[in-house]
Amino acid sequence: MSALLTETFITALLFGAVTAGVPLLLAGIGEQISEKAGVLNIGLEGMMLVGAYTGFCGAYYLNSFWLGFLLGGLGGISVAILMVLFCVRLGLNQIVIGIALTLGADGLTALLHHFQFSRTYPRLSSVETMVIPFAGAIPFLGEAFFQRHPIVYFSIVLVFLLIWIFKKTYIGLNLQAAGDVPAALDVTGVSVVSTRTWAVIATGFLAGIGGAFLANVGAGLFVPFMTGGAGFIAIVLAMLARGNPTWVLYGAGLFGVSLSLTTALQVAGFNIPTDVVQMLPFTMVILMLILLGRNSYLPAALTLPYVRGER
Amino acid sequence: MSIVANKNRIISDLALPTLRIVAPILLALVAGGLILILLGKDPFSYYWYVVKRGLLSWSGLQATLVRTAPLMFVAAGLIVAFRAGIWNLGVDGQFLLAAVIVAAVAPSLNQYIPNWTMFVGAFVIAGVVGGAWSVIPAYLKASHGINEIITTLMMTFLGISLANVLVKIPFNDPSTTVPQTVTLPVEERLPRLFDTIIHQGVLFGVVAVLGVHFLMTRTAFGLRLQVVGANPKAAVHAGLNVRILTYFAFGLSAALAGMGGAVEILGVWGTVRADWNPAYGLLVVPLVFLARFHGFGTIAFVLFFAVLMIGGESASRRLGVPTFFVLVLVGLLLMFLAIVEYLDHRWRQTRKT
Repeated sequence: MSALLTETFITALLFGAVTAGVPLLLAGIGEQISEKAGVLNIGLEGMMLVGAYTGFCGAYYLNSFWLGFLLGGLGGISVAILMVLFCVRLGLNQIVIGIALTLGADGLTALLHHFQFSRTYPRLSSVETMVIPFAGAIPFLGEAFFQRHPIVYFSIVLVFLLIWIFKKTYIGLNLQAAGDVPAALDVTGVSVVSTRTWAVIATGFLAGIGGAFLANVGAGLFVPFMTGGAGFIAIVLAMLARGNPTWVLYGAGLFGVSLSLTTALQVAGFNIPTDVVQMLPFTMVILMLILLGRNSYLPAALTLPYVRGER
Repeated sequence: MSIVANKNRIISDLALPTLRIVAPILLALVAGGLILILLGKDPFSYYWYVVKRGLLSWSGLQATLVRTAPLMFVAAGLIVAFRAGIWNLGVDGQFLLAAVIVAAVAPSLNQYIPNWTMFVGAFVIAGVVGGAWSVIPAYLKASHGINEIITTLMMTFLGISLANVLVKIPFNDPSTTVPQTVTLPVEERLPRLFDTIIHQGVLFGVVAVLGVHFLMTRTAFGLRLQVVGANPKAAVHAGLNVRILTYFAFGLSAALAGMGGAVEILGVWGTVRADWNPAYGLLVVPLVFLARFHGFGTIAFVLFFAVLMIGGESASRRLGVPTFFVLVLVGLLLMFLAIVEYLDHRWRQTRKT
């Protein structure tokens, strides 16, 4: 047991947890914005995957992690625009379109990867970090939390920014109204369609950055289907969080730990099959749903397209 | 006068439904063709090659028909779920777990009981395993009203990992280097029809789809499920036990998906290798939608899709277009399906007013 308490093990565990948790966090709070506004974004997985692809291309060809994240976000937005067009503007079935976008993104990115990278499998160099003075030197925690790429800090700041937006600003109120009583929002003169449009685009941007983080920081390369269900986990996190970004942060942390446990245990010399550990987070979600299921909250008008004057 | 009225009726009764079905397929093929051009491939030669290898050559046609067996079972399961208003997106987990259990049990079962009872037993086991994997989503939906899309997807991820664990540890055949279950000998698998590689399971699949179609459209039980699907609140007022019916719909849908796993193992592979996951679930969704949950239509579309899959697999070896392209086509198909549906809806509304 003593091997579990060494600094190497704990550092590896926490470092991996942050690396695995940040994409979930970004996509999760992104999804939360959409869900609040009444759009269930099943295409989140596709947005992350396209973000991972464009983000990797950006970082690889333009040789800059920042441009990589930007292109990742734009890649996510490009999928989100399709979602907006079909589901918010035309009012088509959000679930069918969401599945279509995920499948299409799966296929398209794998196809592009095949023609572009499958012979060479290029890798990125390790990401540049910004060490936070003093905090970065804390034993156990410093390396995992305070010697990271600024995007990690950005994603955590974003959680608190969103809490403020949701609770204190008109934007938050409009989002909530668009999801709960869209007709009331319409009566006050705010367009439901444009509120939802911006919500979905914000989701795409955040999910795309999350995907880019997964490819550029987490793996250092792009492989087909690399999100492996992360988008769907993020959707669950958003649903369980009941509209509160803090809970997405906790959930992402929990998932991050269970995802990084395999690697950390291997570092410590334990050999546990990857599949067993991969079951952990999903088992946890199912247990959480069974125990806390009654409390999961979804806006009243979720998945319902808004048509003015229709009851 | 009457001729004009007749002509209008022909248009609305025959031409439009056909157009609603054919248009998404054509649009998806055209959009896919444009993507092929962008990738520097010739779409005409690709599609021609797919048809030639998947449908027009004798060995290709046999492979296509064999592929329809699991797809038919999955489609049958989805018809039940969708008609009952349930999004069972956990098909892959149900399919894979049932396949692993069947692969583990079948060879040893075979030593004690006659071959045909083993097949019956294996299908029952597959149905039970698949059905069991849907109990938790059914409970969460029936008791807590939790959206089943998310829970079935979670159960799928869990199921895929669990299936891998089962193959690698308890059911691993120690005599092979790659982790896999004990192989069922070829002569003990599902009997083949005449002199082909087509096994009986292909017929079972067709029967499953037709049976489900009959159940959902011609029986009182099916009608109850459809009422629950169309309007749960109305179903409660009509005195239906929505909770129990939800469990039944989930269970039946998942059991059929599980049997899809059984037919693939007993008919084709005879074993499950670690990390094997054909992931038919999400691919069959658009086909069932395209057929509007109708049995005969589903059979036709499954056949069409099997041609695409088998042809696409040959094309990936010969023309260098990876099978991922088929995924893109499915995504496009779903999108155009939704658009055509929307245009159709709009067209009806303008005609009404």
